[in-house]
Amino acid sequence: MSTSHASPRETTEGTVYTVTGGDWDEVVETAAKADDERLIVNMGPQHPSTHGVLRLILEMDGETVTEARCGIGYLHTGIEKNLEYRTWTQGTTFVTRMDYLTPFFNETAYCLAVEKLLGIEDQVPDRASIIRVLLMELNRLSSHLVCIATGGMELGATTIMIYGFRDRELILDIYELITGLRMNHAYIRPGGLAQDLPPGAVDQIREFVKKMKKNLPEYDKLATGNPIFKARMQDVGYLDLAGCMALGATGPILRSAGLPHDLRKAQPYCGYETYDFDVPTADSCDSYGRFLIRLEEMRQSLGIIEQCLDRLQPGPVMVSDKKIAWPAQLALGPDGLGNSLDHIKKIMGTSMEALIHHFKLVTEGFRVPPGQAYAAVESPKGELGVHVVSDGGTRPFRVHFRDPSFTNLQSMAAMCEGGQVADVIVAVASIDPVMGGVDR
Amino acid sequence: MSDTNGSNGVNPEKDLGASNLPGQRGEGGEEIRLQRGMFGANNGGDTSGYGGLVRSIRLPGPATRPYGGWFDEVADELEGALEEQGLVPENVIDRTVVDRDELTFHIEREYLLRVAQTLRDDPALRFELCTGVSGVHYPGDKGRELHAVYHLRSITHNRLIRVEVSAPDADPHIPSLVSVYPTNDWHERETYDFFGIVFDGHPALTRIMMPDDWQGFPQRKDYPLGGIPVEYKGAQIPAPDQRRSYS
Amino acid sequence: MGLEEKLPSGFLLTTVEQAAGWVRKASVFPATFGLACCAIEMMTTGAGRYDLARFGMEVFRGSPRQADLMIVAGRVSQKMAPVLRQVYDQMPNPKWVISMGVCASSGGMFNNYAIVQGVDHIVPVDIYLPGCPPRPEMLMDAILKLHQKIQTSKLGVNAEEAAREAEEAALKALPTIEMKGLLR
Repeated sequence: MSTSHASPRETTEGTVYTVTGGDWDEVVETAAKADDERLIVNMGPQHPSTHGVLRLILEMDGETVTEARCGIGYLHTGIEKNLEYRTWTQGTTFVTRMDYLTPFFNETAYCLAVEKLLGIEDQVPDRASIIRVLLMELNRLSSHLVCIATGGMELGATTIMIYGFRDRELILDIYELITGLRMNHAYIRPGGLAQDLPPGAVDQIREFVKKMKKNLPEYDKLATGNPIFKARMQDVGYLDLAGCMALGATGPILRSAGLPHDLRKAQPYCGYETYDFDVPTADSCDSYGRFLIRLEEMRQSLGIIEQCLDRLQPGPVMVSDKKIAWPAQLALGPDGLGNSLDHIKKIMGTSMEALIHHFKLVTEGFRVPPGQAYAAVESPKGELGVHVVSDGGTRPFRVHFRDPSFTNLQSMAAMCEGGQVADVIVAVASIDPVMGGVDR
Repeated sequence: MSDTNGSNGVNPEKDLGASNLPGQRGEGGEEIRLQRGMFGANNGGDTSGYGGLVRSIRLPGPATRPYGGWFDEVADELEGALEEQGLVPENVIDRTVVDRDELTFHIEREYLLRVAQTLRDDPALRFELCTGVSGVHYPGDKGRELHAVYHLRSITHNRLIRVEVSAPDADPHIPSLVSVYPTNDWHERETYDFFGIVFDGHPALTRIMMPDDWQGFPQRKDYPLGGIPVEYKGAQIPAPDQRRSYS
Repeated sequence: MGLEEKLPSGFLLTTVEQAAGWVRKASVFPATFGLACCAIEMMTTGAGRYDLARFGMEVFRGSPRQADLMIVAGRVSQKMAPVLRQVYDQMPNPKWVISMGVCASSGGMFNNYAIVQGVDHIVPVDIYLPGCPPRPEMLMDAILKLHQKIQTSKLGVNAEEAAREAEEAALKALPTIEMKGLLR
């Protein structure tokens, strides 16, 4: 009955053996009957060594991968369609769940695009922009930490994973203090922020920066010079500059090919042109170079965070236009919900119009003049672009996210073909795709 | 409806620039929908007393020279390069829109491939990086319902432009840009998957996000959101696309 | 009085069911079934600060054939649904499912064409865990509740009896749409 587990089937491509479990000896015996050594292995979509629900289809000759293809869409959530049935403000709740490791980048990119449509880029208060930068740089740290942690775990280096998640927890504590949530914040809103920093936040971030400066060198000690780590990563996942440009790869992949392209420098947003930081590059074009770039970017981010903290001046965090800003300065009530009792007293007691305005703004939302806009930010993975179309209504007509993970993942085949099967894991880990962003 | 427009004192054609009208911008752009009533309620009556109000919503129209900044330079270079290839720029570029500090070229679809090649290779243009394609479905833009929007970035000159191509619903074909920008491989598959735009010349145009046997193109405007009503203790809340809403 | 008092010291009496439940609950192997945001919180729960190893749960198995708990962590798309069911079918009995997060439990905010509106359409769920995403503490609480459930689960004839009772209770239960009263 050996054929039952690996039954041959004639196709236009030749004989195909479909292996579906069973006794391994029989499988090998049947496979040996084939006249070539080609073996097609389906990895995923549920697999511990792929980032999320990524499916890899590998054609192998022995241990060598001759062809590699990706199957994606296993986490397609229809977020772009859902956005079309919610107000512009509610949109942030959806976009934050796209690439769930970089929520603040999604929110900022979306809000920058909406602000461009509204024509209020110049009216966003400085404090809001600084806090956006602050949160984005914290987010860059936490995203890179997860990348290095899970990448290490996929290599079998569990210690790095424990280290990475240890430091990420410190950042999540800050998020929770500021936004109320560990992930999926919806804190950045078109026009500014949902609310101001709570008391104690600045001190906690300063404390964190101090601690992180001590912790970051541990990654160097543990991994950077580690011969096993280097042997697994060096010259693996090779993609040179021509390949990066053709495949549209951005972020650490592009910078590991030697091009210091970073939107924070090239097309600054949120006032990045006023911050002092470097764009690290490598010339090795490989996974190790990307790892080093991520480490260096984390150091640079710490520097930017310190600059943000020094700049923070008291002031508003939302545009002054009352047709866009929600009326209440939210304060946490005893019921755990955000309600400003003073504001409620005012609108219920003295101003019927304020009540109507509040009600309409929250339920119906504001209108955005028709047209389209594209805003891009440099997320930890590369260029995160948002294309927003408005038809003059209270809800987006179309929102499209150009997620860097989606584009970068295309380069998987170029990186893996011709290499060993074990190197596929390293290459995919160095791309750092997050399926929530890839599939949306 | 022009009579009623006159009677309630609002004429969308005449009062385009009026600042008291929401949702008006530019002029001469394609009309994408008509808004009726005060708040554009999608079901139920308009109790505001302005139920007869009709406004046409238009996208920003074509711009006139000078476009400002480096936009003129890019437009000149592109038109010059097209002339060198023996093409008439007016035939190739349907319109040039400058809106919100962004430059958009609307290209006739049969010339898309040559325009993209020029934009990428001309040393004065050098848009090396394509950030993919975004489909938009305008059911109200008759004859050009499906739009494919490309954003091209020049790292050399640090510029970003938008190239827009349209196709009618009845003939949803647009040439593929994979030969010029290989990065568009997955992007075009995604746009095909969601909007049904067929990119001619794509090496393997198959579904990418939805299951292979999926029926329909889910992000088109005529495809329902597909939500189910939520029941809870005697209350039933319809799916988001079935609720009363305003536009 | 009874047998207990005549036993020499060092002996404990229990039922086979309780002994089996105790053994089972102390060595639950979760299958890695991370899907979306919740998967990151699941990994966090396994990492240093929350340390799932304290409950003997840290051994996340790559192969469903070695696992007996599936933590469905995240939104399940229509495309993923058959894969999820296949992984569930490959797990050996007895097996349990925790539906982690509101997307897995009911579709949550993604009430649209792409997402399965609750993973219980595909596999039987033992514990529904709300939250978007649930905090690691909530996941640990769900796991401890599941441990309790495993501890008290029945064997053999008793299990069949319990299943029949549960079925009858479910048939008699009032559908949510017919429930009245305050929304809570």
